[in-house]
Amino acid sequence: MNWLKQAFAVLTLNLRTIPSRLSSSAVAIVGIAGVVVVFVSVLSIAAGFSAAMRGSGSVNRALVMRSGADSEMTSGLSGANVDVIKQAPGIMHKGQTPLVTAELYVIIDLPKISTQKSANVPMRGIEPTAMEVRDEVKIVSGRMFQFGTNEVIAGRGASNQFVSLNVGDTIVSGQNRWQVVGTFEAGGGVAETEIWCDARVLQGVYQRGNSYQSVLARLDSADSLPMFRDWLTANPQLSVSIRRENEYYAGQSQAMTRLIQTIGFGIAGLMGIGAIFGAILTMYTAVASRAREIATLRALGFSTSAVLVSVLGEAIVLGVIGGSIGALGAYLAFNGYQTSTINFQTFSQVAFAFRVTPQLVGMGLFYALAMGLVGGLLPAVRAARLPISSALREL
Amino acid sequence: MKFIPLIWKNVWRRKFRTIFTLLSIFVAFLLFGILMTIRTAFGLGIEIAGLDRLVLINKISLIIPLPVSYQRQLQQVPGVELATHQTWFGGIYQDPSNFFANMAVEPELFMKVYPEFKLTKEQAQAWLDDRQGAIVGKDLAERFGWKLGDRIPLTATIWQPKSGDTWEFNVSGIYDADDGIDKTQMFFRYDYLDENRAGGQGLVGWYVVRIADPSKSVDLSRTFDEMFANSSAETKTTTEKGFVESFASQIGDIGTIMMLIASVVLFMFGLVAASTMAQSVRERTSELAVLKTLGFTDPAILALVFAESLCIAIGGGALGLLAAWLFVQRGDPTGGLLAVFVLPGRDILIGVGLMLLMGLLAGVMPAMAAMRLRITDALRRV
Repeated sequence: MNWLKQAFAVLTLNLRTIPSRLSSSAVAIVGIAGVVVVFVSVLSIAAGFSAAMRGSGSVNRALVMRSGADSEMTSGLSGANVDVIKQAPGIMHKGQTPLVTAELYVIIDLPKISTQKSANVPMRGIEPTAMEVRDEVKIVSGRMFQFGTNEVIAGRGASNQFVSLNVGDTIVSGQNRWQVVGTFEAGGGVAETEIWCDARVLQGVYQRGNSYQSVLARLDSADSLPMFRDWLTANPQLSVSIRRENEYYAGQSQAMTRLIQTIGFGIAGLMGIGAIFGAILTMYTAVASRAREIATLRALGFSTSAVLVSVLGEAIVLGVIGGSIGALGAYLAFNGYQTSTINFQTFSQVAFAFRVTPQLVGMGLFYALAMGLVGGLLPAVRAARLPISSALREL
Repeated sequence: MKFIPLIWKNVWRRKFRTIFTLLSIFVAFLLFGILMTIRTAFGLGIEIAGLDRLVLINKISLIIPLPVSYQRQLQQVPGVELATHQTWFGGIYQDPSNFFANMAVEPELFMKVYPEFKLTKEQAQAWLDDRQGAIVGKDLAERFGWKLGDRIPLTATIWQPKSGDTWEFNVSGIYDADDGIDKTQMFFRYDYLDENRAGGQGLVGWYVVRIADPSKSVDLSRTFDEMFANSSAETKTTTEKGFVESFASQIGDIGTIMMLIASVVLFMFGLVAASTMAQSVRERTSELAVLKTLGFTDPAILALVFAESLCIAIGGGALGLLAAWLFVQRGDPTGGLLAVFVLPGRDILIGVGLMLLMGLLAGVMPAMAAMRLRITDALRRV
């Protein structure tokens, strides 16, 4: 107990004298804050992108594509195949209608609002059942488009990121004109970056005949997938692959998420080493400038370990202050920041928002604490080893 | 010159402190080098895109093909040297995670339009002789251990063959190129694709046109787009640079993010250097006063302090940039995700400039303070 009291007493003394050593303490605080800002904000990009992709699929839906196709973009299914797929067991029905939508997935060139440079915006041709297959989709302004016309609805993310996608606008794409009549939300998923129109109209415009690219089916329940899959794969007329919708989107986010995380951890790791050097310098200065005080304490009977712990404690406090400033800065600057990037699997844009999650803040603070601890270690040992007699004699 | 030993002694006055300052500046410039490399990688080699090449894509979107018949029309436009086409194939080698770019091209014209992809005469001839031939970049060949003559199967995604779902190619050549040029691509012959695909005969992805006079690129772009206006496949023509730039911008503003991080890093470590210098000069107040008593002029004192801080900044910074350069030489650590992985010479120069700036800024406050020091005050303080 006595020892703890000692350590605590020296620590409070140390902390009270920080203001008089502000410039050298600032080095440690700014260094650690800088690392945490970069660490948290780069990882928040990965978190946001991955959340958008993961939020996109439902376990209750199955996506059917041509076997071998790795995305809707490269898949192709004939109208005859689609008719067969619609008869598969395990699909939820509404009255006599199976809740299945055969879709086309293409991209059109539209300028991004932020850069005015053209971007690949995904456009999806849907069937009338699509809105019931995807029951999370809600029209938030305007109205649903009329099938059989060149009307379209745009996802909320798309209308925020790209030009001429608000209700009442006309999209000019080559010789085609599309009327935007509504905008929709889809639970924050990638569908919100898409433009939706009638699949049959799109078939005509893109000269696709009676072919589609994918079929999305709403299953009776999540457990119906094996039955649905077995029936389709056993059918000799078809050569298709079946994936649960959420797994399809989660798979697409992997490469990008991993790349961002590698870069984030790499940069933050290197910066962390630099910040530790900064913290060492700060604490070394702190110890050097108080050599006489420390020696006096020791002469008064404070134990070496209490001195050691107090210096470490000061370094940790500096780390936590820096970490909190950094995490707060990252949160204020980037949380919810709207942007879009390209999904390499489908070659098309995905709008998403940076997400500074509590988990990331926790990781950032933990990292700051670790940097403070490691940075304080050497100077703490030095303080504890200070020879009393010579330190007292120093000016 | 005779003061070099004095400066050297001052630098190493407190070894521990100097070493850690050097190390943190080292880390700062190592990071700077890596960040600039990442920025260049995501810029997809904009700096090297040819200004004399125009790219025509379908106006609706890059993914909609154009008819092969446009080639003859383009070739007849005055000012056009060569017109050739390319088609995105999107084949998968073993597993989708092995992604690399593979495209169908016209070999003879391709080699003329892209002289920067270097092939030996024998390899070029082998490609012209073999319909199933393909050329692959040096980095790509290294990644998968391919050698000349190897047979490469690619699973079809967009273009299904008439039977089965796999296309086979022979490695006819392995191209090399200067730093900063993508060496992770594979090019094979369009005639082989067109003959064997199940559908889509006579369709190509986009056109690349080499023009005689780069200053005419705007006029020619307009001419091309007007030629195909009101047809079923209208075009959008840009310079190759503009095309690459527009694609790179789709990834997002990686450049700005990297610059932001680099500024945070340099500010952070600049502060470390500045604080160390300030402290080191403060400690020596009495020594500086003695120097002045000995007859050192104010500018000489100023120069001494600046020399010391520059010495530390340049020492740490140069080693850091060197380490970054060595790291980049080892190649892309992500295994193919970053096609152009180089530290551009321009950024090295900027780095050297930043080192000088950091040294000067870190030294300016302490140097001024040292210069203004009044001998009597300073000596009395002890």
